[in-house]
Amino acid sequence: MAKYLLLKHYRGAPAPVNNVPMDRWTPEEISAHMQYMQDFADRLEKSGEFVDGQALAAEGAWVRYDGEGRPPVTDGPFAETKDLIAGWMVIDVDSYERAVELAGELSAAPGAGGKPIHEWLEVRPFLAAPPTVTE
Amino acid sequence: MDEALLRGLAPGVLAVLVRRGADFAAAEDAVQDALVEAVRVWPAGTPRDPKGWLVTVAWRRFLDAARSDASRRRREDLVDREPAPGPASPVDDTLRLYFLCAHPALSPSSAVALTLRAVGGLTTRQIAQAYLVPEATMAQRISRAKRTVSKVRLDRPGDVSTVLRVLYLVFNEGYSGDVDLAAEAVRLTRQLAASIDHPEVAGLLALMLLHHARRAARTAPDGSLVPLAEQDRARWDTGAIAEGIAILQAALARDRLGEFQAQAAIAALHADAPTAAETDWVQIVEWYDELARLTGSPVVRLNRAVAVGEADGPRAGLAALAELDAALPRHTAVAAYLHERDGDLATAARLYAEAARKASSPAERDHLTRQAARINARQGP
Repeated sequence: MAKYLLLKHYRGAPAPVNNVPMDRWTPEEISAHMQYMQDFADRLEKSGEFVDGQALAAEGAWVRYDGEGRPPVTDGPFAETKDLIAGWMVIDVDSYERAVELAGELSAAPGAGGKPIHEWLEVRPFLAAPPTVTE
Repeated sequence: MDEALLRGLAPGVLAVLVRRGADFAAAEDAVQDALVEAVRVWPAGTPRDPKGWLVTVAWRRFLDAARSDASRRRREDLVDREPAPGPASPVDDTLRLYFLCAHPALSPSSAVALTLRAVGGLTTRQIAQAYLVPEATMAQRISRAKRTVSKVRLDRPGDVSTVLRVLYLVFNEGYSGDVDLAAEAVRLTRQLAASIDHPEVAGLLALMLLHHARRAARTAPDGSLVPLAEQDRARWDTGAIAEGIAILQAALARDRLGEFQAQAAIAALHADAPTAAETDWVQIVEWYDELARLTGSPVVRLNRAVAVGEADGPRAGLAALAELDAALPRHTAVAAYLHERDGDLATAARLYAEAARKASSPAERDHLTRQAARINARQGP
């Protein structure tokens, strides 16, 4: 059992196969896309593999300490940055193969024309507590 | 009202119901009802035979539920046909529960969850906390597992090795939430060892005790890992070590060697050495050879390379390592260690840093990063 982060990117990931920006989809296509992800999360909850999932706003800012007594520096919104995270889902599964299988399923969410978008999802294992037996 | 008493009794009550023919999910519901009833009634006076009381109430609840549900008539017939249960040893009932919860039809995580719930008597919330998942997720995992085993008729004893694997998985999970899973695994394995006479069950119990004995010394106060060689042996639990070794010796004497006994033998040789330098590495290599023969596991051969490095020097260790797949977990860390001992500091530092990037826990990653930093500081820029 291990936890994996499935990361959805607005940008920064390789281009999906069905690469049409979302604002060119029909409203029904957008709804179908959202519904697909909701159904996916519901299914994982029933199978006991769901941990957490959140969507992120597209806007954000970089923040940095700027020295004693000075306000932190902010930079952004980072419209020009390469990478933007749209949201994530955390799953708890028996194997890496299962995590990849689920990410593949999520990547099949429908997009423009009702066809799967084949988007790329980043799959990252969580660092866990060290096992009781290592030596 | 003693909650620990109820928790200890619940699995036995459940086991009786399952043996009498109740399906698993219905039996669990009935036991929960009986526990609620006990919490309500017992403060006025605990019954003389608490378990008997719970069995009676739970069985009545089960029959009520079976009767009231027309679609469950089949089960009612089953109940009618069932002869009045005679006295049976409580030990066999719990054993049956172990086999049911570790049934091969279940995925490892489901088997673990169901075992903790049904045999361990933990609440769903406690199990969810221990595995850091939402309670709803764990509840679903457990109810799916219950549905799966409901279809299973256990008329033959199950596979001990499956049960042992599940307990080993629990043990390896460590500690979080208000349940210490390693301690829970020791408790359950101890209970299993009391119900079944099997050298590998004893082997697993010995292994757990020997590892558990060293736990306090395995981490520094700041949470960082302390390698075996640097551990303060005064902090090892000598009582647990003595018990583990005694259990292991009795098991080995029966001459039915298995992987858990072999692993326990290695742990015992570490635990027995008064100082790290006095460790009997030659014998440890021999046990790793046995273990490799029993399991064929590449991870075992990796650990064997470490032992060879100690017994015959780092060059011999590196030669043993060269025969293994470099993609194995911890392969890079072992290579780094052996190169350091061989005096090749530049390679060691590079490999430690690489191993840190591949580490699977923050504690391991930080430890390996410190090793790389230590060597780099020694070498200068």
